[in-house]
Amino acid sequence: MTSVWPQLEPILGRVQKPARYIGCEDGAVVPRHAPHKVAWLLCYPDAYEIGLPNQGLQILYEVLNERDDAVAERAYAPWTDLEGELRQHHIPLFSLDTHRPAGQFDVLAFNLSAELVYTNLLNCIDLAGVPVRTVDRADDDPLVIVGGHATFNPEPIADFVDAVALGDGEEVIGDITEVLARWKRAGRPEGGRERLLRDLAQVPGVYVPSLYDVTYDGPKVASITPRFAEVPAVVEKRTITDLAAWPYPRNQLVPLTEVVHDRLNVEVFRGCTRGCRFCQAGMITRPVRERPAEQVRTMVRDGLRRTGYDEVALTSLSTADFSGIGEVVDDIAGQNAVCGAGGLVSVSLPSLRVDAFTVGLAASLQRARRTGLTFAPEAGTWRMRQVINKLITEDDLYTAVESAYAQGWRRMKLYFLTGLPTETDEDTLGIATLGRAVARIGKSHTSGASVTVSVGGFVPKAQTPFQWFGQNTEVELRRKVGLLRDDLKRDKGVQLKWHDPRATVVEGLAARGDRRVGRVIETVWRRGGTFQEWSEHFDLSLWTDAMAEHGLSMDDYVYRHRTEDEVLPWDHLSAGLHKDFLWQDWRDALDELGLEDCRWIPCYDCGACTGYGVEHVVASATPPAGGSQGTGQDLARGGDVPVTLLARRPARAGS
Amino acid sequence: MSVPDMPKGRPGRTRVRLRFSKLGKVRFTSHRDIARIWERALRRAELPVAYSEGFSPRPRVSFGLALPTGHEGLGEYLDVELAGNPDEDRRLDRLAERLDPCLPVGFRVGGAGLVEPGAPSVQQAVVSCRWRMELLGVGADRAAETIAAALASSILVVERLRKGELVTDDIRPDIDHLALVGPTPAGVEVEAELTAQPRVLRPGELAGLFGADAREGRTCRTHQFALDAHGAKVEPLPAPAGLIGWSIAAPSPSPVSGSAPLPAGAS
Repeated sequence: MTSVWPQLEPILGRVQKPARYIGCEDGAVVPRHAPHKVAWLLCYPDAYEIGLPNQGLQILYEVLNERDDAVAERAYAPWTDLEGELRQHHIPLFSLDTHRPAGQFDVLAFNLSAELVYTNLLNCIDLAGVPVRTVDRADDDPLVIVGGHATFNPEPIADFVDAVALGDGEEVIGDITEVLARWKRAGRPEGGRERLLRDLAQVPGVYVPSLYDVTYDGPKVASITPRFAEVPAVVEKRTITDLAAWPYPRNQLVPLTEVVHDRLNVEVFRGCTRGCRFCQAGMITRPVRERPAEQVRTMVRDGLRRTGYDEVALTSLSTADFSGIGEVVDDIAGQNAVCGAGGLVSVSLPSLRVDAFTVGLAASLQRARRTGLTFAPEAGTWRMRQVINKLITEDDLYTAVESAYAQGWRRMKLYFLTGLPTETDEDTLGIATLGRAVARIGKSHTSGASVTVSVGGFVPKAQTPFQWFGQNTEVELRRKVGLLRDDLKRDKGVQLKWHDPRATVVEGLAARGDRRVGRVIETVWRRGGTFQEWSEHFDLSLWTDAMAEHGLSMDDYVYRHRTEDEVLPWDHLSAGLHKDFLWQDWRDALDELGLEDCRWIPCYDCGACTGYGVEHVVASATPPAGGSQGTGQDLARGGDVPVTLLARRPARAGS
Repeated sequence: MSVPDMPKGRPGRTRVRLRFSKLGKVRFTSHRDIARIWERALRRAELPVAYSEGFSPRPRVSFGLALPTGHEGLGEYLDVELAGNPDEDRRLDRLAERLDPCLPVGFRVGGAGLVEPGAPSVQQAVVSCRWRMELLGVGADRAAETIAAALASSILVVERLRKGELVTDDIRPDIDHLALVGPTPAGVEVEAELTAQPRVLRPGELAGLFGADAREGRTCRTHQFALDAHGAKVEPLPAPAGLIGWSIAAPSPSPVSGSAPLPAGAS
């Protein structure tokens, strides 16, 4: 059986949004399977409309299919209605490209961008017909490999994955392919699965959980020890040094049906040195590596022409910081000028910086559909923002908002976190104060002004300065949301939205759990707890019941502060950041000490640049205009990017 | 073959009607999906599509009657307004050639024609649609009897869902034509012509006539008909030369053979 399409086809008439299962996207390749090739099934364990736009998966799809020794197809989690039909009719998980059964691939590779998809990961493995636990897999079962941001603490899923690829995937995926191709050429030798895994563990950036023994001391981890001498005690993430060498995706997939972020996406840089302490993405993707502005322009121009999209997003963790932003903006604005009224390309800058410069950029790009702008001040008071190192002053925010309303935007969305370290009720209520002030500015421009304040509970993540912090309890988060609701009750101009604190608890459990949490995930999955990141499917009681059954407590895993000497479950995995740097940054946070962006000032020696022998790669040696981020940093300084170790940490910034 | 230049409609604008087919896996895309697919295809083909005025300009494109998700179509339509003066680039016979490579596999342009300014839209003009449908779980004998009985009766009451509510309707006036094409491995294939005005009868709503266990299988809208000045049924655009017919057996279309399609308007 090489295609399940004949069995699938009659079912599709009965399921919701069947176009999610047909493939046929522009940009999809016709895979050429061959016995000597390593066949990868790249899976996103969430619904198609969430997974298809994922750029990481699309990049690896192209990189693998360009190789002579590999072939790659894609799969996404079937929605619950189709899953029921698949199980009833004994149809396995399938690839979208040729509707080939998942079990016929050599590798099932999962992109894990968030923790709540872990039960879907198990579900997909099971639907593929593969045992969910690694110990139960036979030599001829596919390997399960995971990557993505969540895998910087993969311990909760350690029992289910054969290998983890840490960091950038572009190069390591080739190295893994070579190891697997050798194994296939050798005829998959008997009893060879452990030998294969030990070989994979030799590839830099590849972590094989089954090759480590973990011991415990009550709720804590006591030790993590490699089982063999050649297995590395610490696995370092992979980092590509030159983004220009990887202009992917070259052929972004254009779906036939509605998906999130349905537009051309061009990554302008990877990494971030703003140093926001709550932000795992910013910490684990260092150093900054920019794409040359000329390449960005080419990718935008060719991508729009090829796909037919009229919208492009310049993606990164803080796009206004891209040093070639001016050139790229001018180029797109110039194209718009010759296109005439109808053919306007609109540009979105996800993750807007909070300052007037950024709003100006958005204004020059977004001529049509000027409806809403989103800013993320993250915390309500300057004190709190120094703790988290999101150094935006109130003036920065008000100037940005003033400028946005003046230029025709009507809806402002403000993102905040609550439950941050050292947060007081005054800090929490500061969120309402900012919201009200922004609404007042809006009203002075237009009666149609609206402000949405969106509040999420803070989840401390591995490999960040806040990894030692005990998360706020569900009750405490609920109380804080209540404070804001009461405070904003009479303000019609400010609409409050909040993330479900119950989901925050489970995110916290999966984000910093150890291997023992794996049993909990498996139990929740066995009881049907899939699509947990979808509010209509999330069920906290599934999780609390499973915790109790396995003798584990949320207090220990989620709410407990960790100490400096504690062995953290992910201590054997490195995102390049020295643990003493993270600890010092945690102490600085408690001292309300902000740190300047290290891209254009001397180095704090976090470890990311020096450890990998690379420097921040910026397209221009001159910092972009605007955006002091409240540090009072002199951005006119420009000049070469220094990587100079400081004898001591810089003085307090922003005071 | 002589090629007509495009006459001007609204000053500087030309309204063009395109006929297309939707076959194979892409039949699972929805009417909304089709709109987005066409917007992108028109931009990729770099056709000078006219845009609406206002704060968020949209391409001036209008679609015919929605084809239910999961059904195939051989005679689907959209009208596109092109801006600017007619030129070599927009010769009608070149449109298919330009658009086909810009559309996903499964969509094909089968013809293009000019639409007079002020002419009704496809949605307004179409009075009936002809369908080929597979009915699963029905034998040829029962199907033939059911069809004969249905055509002989003056009232045909069925229960169907309308806006989420189960209603009882007489659908006999909405059936212009119904015939057995022949048996298939899992049931029978029937051909039906069903009205689109004043209300739309969907082919699946006929399944109930054939018994409780009859289910709709693969279905294709093969033709849509409007009325010409003399009240005769005509297709909004003629079928392209060598149009390939539709068959349940093949996922992609196969050439028309023995069973000639009904002449336009026959019932």
